[in-house]
Amino acid sequence: MRERNLLILLGIILLVAFCLWIDLPQTEALSLQLGPLKIYREIKFRLGLDLRGGLQVVLEADPPPGEKVTPESMEAVRNIIQNRVDGMGVVEAVVQRQGENRILVELPGLVNPDEAIATLKATGRLEFVEAGLTPLPEGLKILTTYEVPLEPSPTETITPTPGAAPTPTPTITPTVTLTPTTEITPTPQVYRTIMTGKHLKSARVGSDEFGRPEIDFELTREGAEIFAKYTTEHQGEFLAIVMDGIVISCPQIKEPITDGMGRITSEKGFTLEEARRLAIILQYGALPVPLKVIQTRIIGPTLGQDSIQKSIRAGIIGVIVVLTFMLTYYRLPGFLADLALISYGLINLAIYKFGIPGLFPGVTLSLPGITGFLLSTGMAVDANILIFERMKEELRQGRPLSAAIEAGFNRAWTSIRDANLSTLLTCIVLYWFGSNFGASMVKGFAVTLFIGVCVSMFTAVTMTRTLVTFVFDLSGRFLEKRRWLLGV
Amino acid sequence: MYNIIEKRYWFFGLSLLIIIPGLIAMAISLARFGAPWKLSIDFTGGTLMELRFEQKVSPERIYTIFTNLGYGDTTVQTTADEKTALIKCKTLDEEAKVKVQEELRKEFGPFEELRYESIGPAVGREVTRAATLAVIAASFIILSFIVFAFRKVPNALRYGVCAIIAMVHDVLVATGLFSIAGLLIGWEVDALFITALLTVIGFSVQDTIVVFDRIRENTPKRRGEPFEVIVTRSLLETFHRSLVTQLNAIFVLSAILLFGGATIKQFVTVLLVGLMSGTYSSIFNAVPLLVVWENREIQKFIARVFARSS
Repeated sequence: MRERNLLILLGIILLVAFCLWIDLPQTEALSLQLGPLKIYREIKFRLGLDLRGGLQVVLEADPPPGEKVTPESMEAVRNIIQNRVDGMGVVEAVVQRQGENRILVELPGLVNPDEAIATLKATGRLEFVEAGLTPLPEGLKILTTYEVPLEPSPTETITPTPGAAPTPTPTITPTVTLTPTTEITPTPQVYRTIMTGKHLKSARVGSDEFGRPEIDFELTREGAEIFAKYTTEHQGEFLAIVMDGIVISCPQIKEPITDGMGRITSEKGFTLEEARRLAIILQYGALPVPLKVIQTRIIGPTLGQDSIQKSIRAGIIGVIVVLTFMLTYYRLPGFLADLALISYGLINLAIYKFGIPGLFPGVTLSLPGITGFLLSTGMAVDANILIFERMKEELRQGRPLSAAIEAGFNRAWTSIRDANLSTLLTCIVLYWFGSNFGASMVKGFAVTLFIGVCVSMFTAVTMTRTLVTFVFDLSGRFLEKRRWLLGV
Repeated sequence: MYNIIEKRYWFFGLSLLIIIPGLIAMAISLARFGAPWKLSIDFTGGTLMELRFEQKVSPERIYTIFTNLGYGDTTVQTTADEKTALIKCKTLDEEAKVKVQEELRKEFGPFEELRYESIGPAVGREVTRAATLAVIAASFIILSFIVFAFRKVPNALRYGVCAIIAMVHDVLVATGLFSIAGLLIGWEVDALFITALLTVIGFSVQDTIVVFDRIRENTPKRRGEPFEVIVTRSLLETFHRSLVTQLNAIFVLSAILLFGGATIKQFVTVLLVGLMSGTYSSIFNAVPLLVVWENREIQKFIARVFARSS
């Protein structure tokens, strides 16, 4: 028993020391090399918009000539942009309409600006385009019947192919090649759009048989019907998948696709970021109005730098008061609880900075998140109070010290367990809502509270118990005689 | 101390004394502003002003200027060089705009107005709705969980329902007081208010479960004792812990309220009020309600009223 306790104690000390190292401001990365195994992980605090400021992007509607921008379409644009931002996993971004035709986006601290802007401003017009018998190279910009009406006006003949009629039959024209042709003025080829992103039900990132990222999509019922008909009739031909007029993929139709499920792969292979970006854009549909970026810049925190610093100092004062109170009120166990509480803080901060390898990369902190942390700290202290009050009760009833300690932990456990379980359940509900309905504030709060409650179960129960048992083992008799040390 | 349960109706009365004015304030607000509280620009949208100064400016001081003129609902951000201020505030009329800009000139010297236009709400209706739905869903989850956790005690459902009633009580106290403050001193609910309420709810349930847990433990031990005696005993046994935990929360929040930044004062106040209410309601509402239910006092009361009228 005693050896086991010592082992646990050693483990705890190591863990807390490791967390302390991560928490140190000068620690910037964990870099380990164990033979062939290389571990590299960046370690830094990610702070939200309210605490640190971030990137502000102003987007302006850029409608085609002759089209008007209505408030309704701007609101639709705002919602799509909000969804894309949330889909990027950015916490607590702000997306607001500004003036008549602008959208103001504020992204907290550490986002890759280029990638974020690319995701925001993409119109997201997806088309499935008939490519004929030769594949179109990826990255080629093409014209489609979606933009250019197919009926040629009688005064001009665009296509050199005889008998080009405005019928939707596939014309087997040679595709545009990049070799110089004898024609001096090559007429732009217009490709036929089979269907658009309108018929897409959902899109998400998947991986192909080699583990490379791809985009898996599902079509609506109507879309699936169109797709099934087309792929049955055009087996062996190529089908270009086009986003905002640029070919992103051009697979060959190997067999009819009737179940409305498909995937987009790239010859050169998508990077994970690319795949994710495309999936986000596809998932939330095309913008009703194209946008252009008119301004990007770095801005300060919404809560104000000085206000935050003051509040953090004040919070620290508050915590010191709590630590002192626990020490004076519960004496020796109070001191041990203080140790557990300080460790609790260190472990939490380390998780925010470092994440949990394999689970999540860290937490972006903002005021709601800090509130979740504060609440879970309150619960951590509460767990210790429950245990010690129970111990005192048992001692007052005349039990010997060791039995009282044992009973204190065991009896307090049920209430700690149930109170914390109900909190964890609440967190799960809030997180789910926060992720699905764009209430990302709620999400930030739920994440830190959940982590905090899990950590507090460990520090307030396991750790305090190990410490108390250990100290008691060393000085049991001494304590038996000096009960004032236990605050009884 | 010993007659919390005996004097239960006094304590219910005290709760109503706080909640009813709050509800009245919400009704007045609803009639006056179209919402139970004064809404901040997070919900309503407002004006975005962008000013370029010739020297570095402090966001906190600009914020103070706005607050002193009665526009507490303002966020100020600066760009990287700290000379350009982005100010989001209530829609100002021409007169107010001139006044505010005059004050700013006095404080920081001349500036150029780069932009002055309207902005939409940062928190859309759907977000507010999602948060509300989340709380309702969470309440049901908590209710089912308590019923499950107390399945060995007779009438487990009562415990769940009383915990939820206590939670609703705390939300009403916090929102009601905020509504009153809105009418009297112009407080406005912003996006942070949602977070504050979530915290209050979390704490409230935690607190109630701890007290109920004692009742659960004492019930099989003391078979044959009247329910009221068991409940009173359980309350006394957990009273210390409730007090100490509450004190600790008050320590931290008061420190932030006294020494913290101006921009989060309202937020911390809601937390403080809500947490105090959370402790109060678990001791003086949730537990006595169990007794009321056990004694079928409501049914008896209704029967008495009918007996009198017939």
